[in-house]
Amino acid sequence: MTINQKLLEIKNLTIHYITDEGTVHAVENMSIEIGKGETLGLVGETGAGKTTTALGIMQLVPNPPGKIIGGEIIYEGENLLGKSPAELRKIRGNNISMIFQDPMTSLNPVMTVGEQVAEVIKLHQKVSAAVAMIKAQDMLETVGIPEERHKEYPHQFSGGMRQRVVIAIALACNPNLLIADEPTTALDVTIQAQVLNLMKSLKEEFQTSMIMITHDLGIVAEICDKVAIMYAGNVVEYTDKVALFTNPKHPYTIGLFNSIPNIEDDVEKLKPIQGLMPDPTNLPSGCPFHPRCPKAINVCSKKLPKPIEIAKDHFVSCILYSDR
Amino acid sequence: MKKKLIEVKNLKKYFETKKGLLHAVDDVNFYIKAGETLGLVGESGCGKSTTGRVILRLLEPTNGEILFEGQNILRYNKQQMREMRKKMQIVFQDPFASLNPRMSISQIISEPLEINKVYTTKVEMDKRVKELMDTVGLAERLVNTYPHELDGGRRQRVGIARALALNPDFIVQDEPVSALDVSIQAQILNLMDQLQKELSLTYLFISHDLSVIKHVSDRIAVMYLGKIVELSDYKTMFKDPLHPYTQALLSAIPAPQIGVQKERIILEGDVPSPINPPEGCRFYGRCRHRQYICKQQTPELKDMGKERYVACHFVGNLK
Repeated sequence: MTINQKLLEIKNLTIHYITDEGTVHAVENMSIEIGKGETLGLVGETGAGKTTTALGIMQLVPNPPGKIIGGEIIYEGENLLGKSPAELRKIRGNNISMIFQDPMTSLNPVMTVGEQVAEVIKLHQKVSAAVAMIKAQDMLETVGIPEERHKEYPHQFSGGMRQRVVIAIALACNPNLLIADEPTTALDVTIQAQVLNLMKSLKEEFQTSMIMITHDLGIVAEICDKVAIMYAGNVVEYTDKVALFTNPKHPYTIGLFNSIPNIEDDVEKLKPIQGLMPDPTNLPSGCPFHPRCPKAINVCSKKLPKPIEIAKDHFVSCILYSDR
Repeated sequence: MKKKLIEVKNLKKYFETKKGLLHAVDDVNFYIKAGETLGLVGESGCGKSTTGRVILRLLEPTNGEILFEGQNILRYNKQQMREMRKKMQIVFQDPFASLNPRMSISQIISEPLEINKVYTTKVEMDKRVKELMDTVGLAERLVNTYPHELDGGRRQRVGIARALALNPDFIVQDEPVSALDVSIQAQILNLMDQLQKELSLTYLFISHDLSVIKHVSDRIAVMYLGKIVELSDYKTMFKDPLHPYTQALLSAIPAPQIGVQKERIILEGDVPSPINPPEGCRFYGRCRHRQYICKQQTPELKDMGKERYVACHFVGNLK
């Protein structure tokens, strides 16, 4: 992993949602880093805290009920958590931008797609409306939307084309970091292939770093350099892609791999993870995964395991590996 | 060959829209043998859910025949159809929307038993509900809970228990695991597999997820814009797809493995509108092998032998 060229470093980030039903420990003590030009996959199931992490980096966690309890988010050497709202507005969209999951709801239905891309450019760069529009059209061309469609409205586009518009908006100011929250989940598989291909080539062209939030390990294999596996707010395994796929260590990671029907080989029966995701307001004591873990021992319910570096840059938060 | 439980002949379902006639299902032919799972796969809008619903006559077909054990159920009157429906059930995609929020779990599961007056006493009925809950792996203590108290996986188990209540022979599984997380998805897929073996059920399994389809199906039918483009057993389908659309579809799946470099066929453009589709092959506009004849003539679903069917003019002559 890149150590000298860190773009973003998250240290001990903790985000809670304080609700009437109790406190939701959405993200607990998370530490990850992303180097320049690197793509990090953030993988987990519903409620793992992936999207909250992304919103935390963007400082968009709805408050109340959400609250960043502690930690640091260091972007190019500066802690974003101390920034004023005005400073953050300059960073968002300009340096860090985000692609949301659902292209149907993340666009403005009463603005043409050209205007929507131009809006970002006007906000962040000191250019006239006319120049912004020209730049917007260039950007739309880059993502594969032909010129004659720039004056159309979102409802005139298909899902895949809308997601291209969202990508164009996110990339309009050439950000250093792009956070993509399940960008292809709402798309069909042939359209997903188109969009992933586009994102890969744009990443190469602009050298953008990326955080790819997904539940699909296939997408991780396709596009990521390293991966953080999350479970109930905790990063349980954090390593580069090759190590994750060839040598997964955390029982949850292994369980995830066994749950996916394999497209290459024939498996008679899947080996699912037993039980259910825990109630986020009432997480189990100790390791949050222990009630579902096939390898749990007594101590798992008492102590939250710390990340252990079992090989270079391969961190696993599991008691099984603590005695080495 | 095992006997055919369901057979569909020249099935058509058109919807009237303001813009014209929407060809949701357009001349579809297939059969499902007793005890097997036929996977129906395709992208959004290809007509797979409509096909499932038309077979159960939840939607009336525009044209065609639906044979259940050799009898054309389209000729049945209301009374006969009600009897028939005991044998054919459906599990819906969204376990959040397909359960009545104001009914308890026991009410939901017992509703089909009540409607069909299967039991005369409440004791018998309660016993059957508990038995069904046990079959699908729902704890007995949940009997008086309401859908909002349950997570997605459990709700889908309720939907399955409801479908099993009348001891059906045939179940349409309409994207039953699409709304679930992978670890829960695997639990439900295993449950369905186990139920199929124990109760000798026949499934039509509809999904857009190719890895799920491959896992559950004996044979697979691929749909594109209202038509079946390819149908074969799952092994042949994945090893040697013949239709250009199937080839592209299979190549587009991101495999959760590294070091597997496969050639990816990226299709250009989007699925065209199913409203007033032009003559010729539906896949024409996106096909890399298209030729003049493809625009002129709709390819028939050709029998290639060994229960393999492909609808392409150039089948066997493609690289």
